[in-house]
Amino acid sequence: MSGPPSPSPGPAPRRAGAPPAPSHLSAETVERARELIALYPEARSALIPLCHLAQEQDGWLRPEAMADIAALVGVTPAEVYGTASFYDMLHTEPVGTHLVSVCTNIACLLGGAAELLEHAETSLGVNVGGTTVDGAITLEEAECLADCDRAPCVQVNHRYVGAQTPESFDRLVADLRTGARADEIPRHGTLVRVRRSVGLRAGRDRVVAERAAMAAAQAARAEEAAAAAAGRKEGSA
Amino acid sequence: MAVTDAPRIVTSRIGFDDSHTLERFLATGGYEGLRKALTMTPEAVAHEVDAASLLGRGGAGFPAGRKWSMLRKNPVSYLVVNGDESEPATFKDHLLVERDPHQLVEGVLIAAYALQVSQVFVFLRGEFALGLERVQAALNDAYAHGAVGEDIFGSGFSVDVVLHPGAGAYICGEETALLESLEGKRGFPRIKPPFFPAAIGLYGEPTVVNNVETMSNLPWIIRHGGAAFAALGEGRSTGTRLFALAGHVRNPGVFEIEMVKTTFADLIHAPVLGGGIPHGRELKAFIPGGVSAPWFGPDQIDLPLGQDEVAAAGSMLGSGSVVVMDDHTCAVRAAWRITKFFSRESCGQCTPCREGSGWLERIMERIETGSGREEDLDLLLDVCDNIAPGLTWPPQQTTICVLGPSIPSSIGSAIQMFRDEFLVHIKEGGCPYG
Repeated sequence: MSGPPSPSPGPAPRRAGAPPAPSHLSAETVERARELIALYPEARSALIPLCHLAQEQDGWLRPEAMADIAALVGVTPAEVYGTASFYDMLHTEPVGTHLVSVCTNIACLLGGAAELLEHAETSLGVNVGGTTVDGAITLEEAECLADCDRAPCVQVNHRYVGAQTPESFDRLVADLRTGARADEIPRHGTLVRVRRSVGLRAGRDRVVAERAAMAAAQAARAEEAAAAAAGRKEGSA
Repeated sequence: MAVTDAPRIVTSRIGFDDSHTLERFLATGGYEGLRKALTMTPEAVAHEVDAASLLGRGGAGFPAGRKWSMLRKNPVSYLVVNGDESEPATFKDHLLVERDPHQLVEGVLIAAYALQVSQVFVFLRGEFALGLERVQAALNDAYAHGAVGEDIFGSGFSVDVVLHPGAGAYICGEETALLESLEGKRGFPRIKPPFFPAAIGLYGEPTVVNNVETMSNLPWIIRHGGAAFAALGEGRSTGTRLFALAGHVRNPGVFEIEMVKTTFADLIHAPVLGGGIPHGRELKAFIPGGVSAPWFGPDQIDLPLGQDEVAAAGSMLGSGSVVVMDDHTCAVRAAWRITKFFSRESCGQCTPCREGSGWLERIMERIETGSGREEDLDLLLDVCDNIAPGLTWPPQQTTICVLGPSIPSSIGSAIQMFRDEFLVHIKEGGCPYG
């Protein structure tokens, strides 16, 4: 967790009574949010997926978005902020179009990651955590990204771009700025482009009925096994 | 000891460019394990997994069958798959979710059937953007194929699988923290007891949490039988296992290796595996099972890759990741980076971990950067002792989860094995490796 966020006005306090209707998230985002909420037995479980959705819309997690998420899952905006601020991928302050994450953990360190990060700082003209003046690139020092056979590992918007040298890093940045890799690397916030096909949830009534039938069958099998065992005992006696 | 020609249980499709597609999956025996399982009773499926003696592949190495059997007496509500792979230098699940997502889905469905669970959550770390897309696409295809959803393959068994993206926190790999995160909260590990989510899990209901690699083994086990799996490996370490090899080797990567039959030396030096240490350098040390594990030196390189064998030698096989350091590596710097990781990822609930990790990191930093003091070695060990009293292995527990007591491993190892290097740093006021 890279330092506390600076104080911001924060989301509006929750009003008494019914939660306010989402006012910041677009109609499409809200529709997708409701689909996600429906997947979980409890709405709050969708809180983090909804934060990802809001980041897809805005590029980062705006206070207004957190207020909307709070209303959608039935918690206070403070609870959304309190949860979101725990996680590295949820950005409660603006980030650039491209979040460039350089891993410097042990395997990458052995592969020259510290030198790469130093080069990245110089070449981009920002310190770790900073965003370039044009708003294109935010540089981040990451913990292990699980791509250790391609060290030093770099991700852009959580897409792997393979092991980087200082030279290839500069080419990568140039490509990001011209949009040459836009198909493969969507802008920051868009995480999963494959949507769940709708209408897949097994009906609750059906599940309950099946479970009851299975439990009955299980009990019957156990009884049968016990009876067979008793029979064997009698037979041997 | 040598590299055996054991069957590839979880990496059989990795060589195909289209290994992630339903077409390739079906052409290579995909969903046959599930179809077979659905003709068996749930108890018989669980029995096969028991017979395989499959140890959980997440890091703790708890027998999967035993985890399940705890639930046989009372019904289980949820199955949760732990794909939050964040242990530094561990990248096996990354391979499995990107390259063979259907195998994971099939394993999950077999487990759901054996446990009679109708609701599964697959928790993948958020940084796996491609993995998340591949698994969601596999689930969509599986639904269309009739393998997930209502009445799968006409069996009368219904199950829904929800893919849940994490948001970047190492601690969510700890299963109770993962459940908190899945409930939409901060990833704070839960106080034990209860020691297993089997008692109180997701939404307070009985829950099984299994690792991605554990699940990916199930299709093979059901197709070929638990006994065939148990025939591989030795002792308690049965079957094959994925080892993620990184650091100073010619061919870093993920290798599927028969348990116990192969040694660390084979893994690091065999031409078909690690290929040796490049640039004509020598081995200095290696970490046998994730950064929570104490280090090994060249003397221990002939140890077999088995859970009990590594534990007996004072470390752990853990998450199956092996990091190799050559003789040009600064031990202080390596241990400092690992400590910095723990300091960053400590969730902050327990004082020994939250405060201790920060203190240790700062002391390590000043030694590495040339401001170390003579008394720093004792100070480091004293702080370590406060986090894990006695500095034993396995460590004593002072915190809610095992993250805290894992912190001293690397510092303890570095001081024990390379004390002189620390002293040179302190005396010369800087790092001799530049």
